[in-house]
Amino acid sequence: MSITQGMGPAQVPAAVATADGDVTPPKRRRSGIRGSENRAGLLFAAPAFVLILLFLIGPVLLALWVSLTDWSGKGSPLGANFIGAKNYDTLLGSPNLQQRDLATALRNNMYYVLLVVPLQTVLALILAMAINRQRLRGKGFFRTAFYFPSVTSTVAISVVFLFLFTASGAVNSVLAWFGINGPNWFADPRGVGHLILSGLGLVDTANPPAWLADHDFLGISWFQWIAGPSVAMCALITLAIWTTAGTFMLIFLAALQDIPADVEEAAMVDGANRWQRFRNVTLPALKPTMFLVITLGLIGTWQVFDQVYLMSQGKPSKTTLTPAYLSFQTSFQDGKWGQGTAIAFILFVIIIVMTLIQRFVMRDRDSSRKPWWRRRREAALTGSDV
Amino acid sequence: MATRTSERPSKGAAGPIELIPAKNSRGRSTALIVYLVLIFFALLYIFPFLIQIGTSFKSDAEATASPLNPIPMVWQLDAYRTLAGQDFPRWFLNSVIVSVCVTAGRVFFDSLAGYALARLHFFGRKALGGVIVSVIAVPGVVLLIPKYLVLVELHMYNTYAGMIIPLIADAAGVFIMRQFFLGIPAEVEEAARIDGAGTFRLFWSVVLPMARPAVITITILSFQASWNELAHFIVSRRDPALNTLTSGVASLSSGAYGSGNLFPLKMAAALLMTIPVALVFFSFQRYFVRGAGAGAVKG
Repeated sequence: MSITQGMGPAQVPAAVATADGDVTPPKRRRSGIRGSENRAGLLFAAPAFVLILLFLIGPVLLALWVSLTDWSGKGSPLGANFIGAKNYDTLLGSPNLQQRDLATALRNNMYYVLLVVPLQTVLALILAMAINRQRLRGKGFFRTAFYFPSVTSTVAISVVFLFLFTASGAVNSVLAWFGINGPNWFADPRGVGHLILSGLGLVDTANPPAWLADHDFLGISWFQWIAGPSVAMCALITLAIWTTAGTFMLIFLAALQDIPADVEEAAMVDGANRWQRFRNVTLPALKPTMFLVITLGLIGTWQVFDQVYLMSQGKPSKTTLTPAYLSFQTSFQDGKWGQGTAIAFILFVIIIVMTLIQRFVMRDRDSSRKPWWRRRREAALTGSDV
Repeated sequence: MATRTSERPSKGAAGPIELIPAKNSRGRSTALIVYLVLIFFALLYIFPFLIQIGTSFKSDAEATASPLNPIPMVWQLDAYRTLAGQDFPRWFLNSVIVSVCVTAGRVFFDSLAGYALARLHFFGRKALGGVIVSVIAVPGVVLLIPKYLVLVELHMYNTYAGMIIPLIADAAGVFIMRQFFLGIPAEVEEAARIDGAGTFRLFWSVVLPMARPAVITITILSFQASWNELAHFIVSRRDPALNTLTSGVASLSSGAYGSGNLFPLKMAAALLMTIPVALVFFSFQRYFVRGAGAGAVKG
């Protein structure tokens, strides 16, 4: 009997089948043991489930309640005044400071997502493809170098990046080699979108065109929406790409190693050049992984909190404020618990939508469990269409 | 070609090259480009750590004056001496306490629950399994305020218990353990059961030892996650005596220790808090790599 060997993911479905197939006959034969198993099962599962109930499900329900009250942080939140959807209405209904802050936070986070997700995905793919070369020397070294930041503490790395990005710091020293006068990163609220537009002479930032300045969405003007990430936010974006690319590189690497060598060889015999092989063989084979990396990236980037807390606290001029940090600030610093939890729930909805997309994609992937090349090969053999 | 080592002859690794010998020089030039790209990025990834190490041995003035040069002109230990004299040792101790308790708790409870879900037939098993899978998706950041509310309600705010116990609730770990236990053949248990072993004994001395790879993975991931956790420690305590390394260094970086930049001090603190995780990482790299893949695909 081989017991411990070869327990890779591939074996799991088969094992499920044997375990389940094993269920029915003993049930009849040894009801005594199954009876004690009932008790043991509940006992074994209880600690983990009580904890999950108390610290995952309980909090969500309690917060949902608080978001419908005007609780001020004193006394038990259970005894607070029920005020219905008023907190949500304040945030989404009519223009005011709270709504402007939420919209600013959403805008900032949107730019963070729009830049971090594609860039980290592309960087991870480039690194994975480079490392995946068959005869590369120092593979382990490179893999370690790129993955190491992913396992170290955000706090430690943020402290280092704060030092690198000071006005007279390492980043600006490097920029000076190229004759660039680097900005004072964490104090610069100018939006990169505005800088580019005014650099191209399209828009005067001091005097924006009326059609942009006079219309607004969620309390901030269209002109503010197109500001782009601030210079300060760009430092946070750099940090995020730098730290997370390593994790996604590993996921890509695993997927690349799953592509059988003979498919690539076949393409080569057919005379496909390097780009054609990447375009028509590698990329389609990586499609499910690509979806996975992108959705994980989307879920993660909408949750950015630690870096903001450590590096900028939403400053300068609220241009690094994110919904997660805003909800923390509204509750813990301003004492508006109802509003803070309401912001958390709005963020919750955003992230759940991202998660549902991931679920959907993964289910799609599971149903087509066989790799595409095998399906195509079988289709070719049976003469049917894929 | 001549330098080719036949590490994996069965895979036919060199097949393509032999098919198209004319393109050999082109292959060599792309190899060069690949190396250049990798070395460039490796520098980008390693240099910040070198600056961190070097700066921690500099004086404040030198750190500000030459931020890019990782080698100090004058080596000194002032930063480390200051740290040792401050609350830093206490933070370190708190981090050790919290991480060890969280890791031990997670490994034990995750494997117990995972075992029950995979192997024991009890009422409500399907429902609990469903709860686990759906709870994995709950975003942690959204739970910050809610967790604080529950901790206050349970009178656990500002206590070690409040810092440790909520982190033990780990649905992903239960899921990983369950998946692993499903892969162990049922015959193993049958034999021990016939010998008269009780369910816990069966789990503890027969099945759990066989799940060693999964247990090691969970241990490492739990240690790393709890050592690096920040947000939970911000909302679960206020007492400075309960600061962990992450929340303590965070207060340090926001200037709690007076004016000035104090970069050597901050770099030294960041370096010291990285060392334990780095040690674990370098000793168990293969598990890290596997864990990252497993967590991502299953999550």
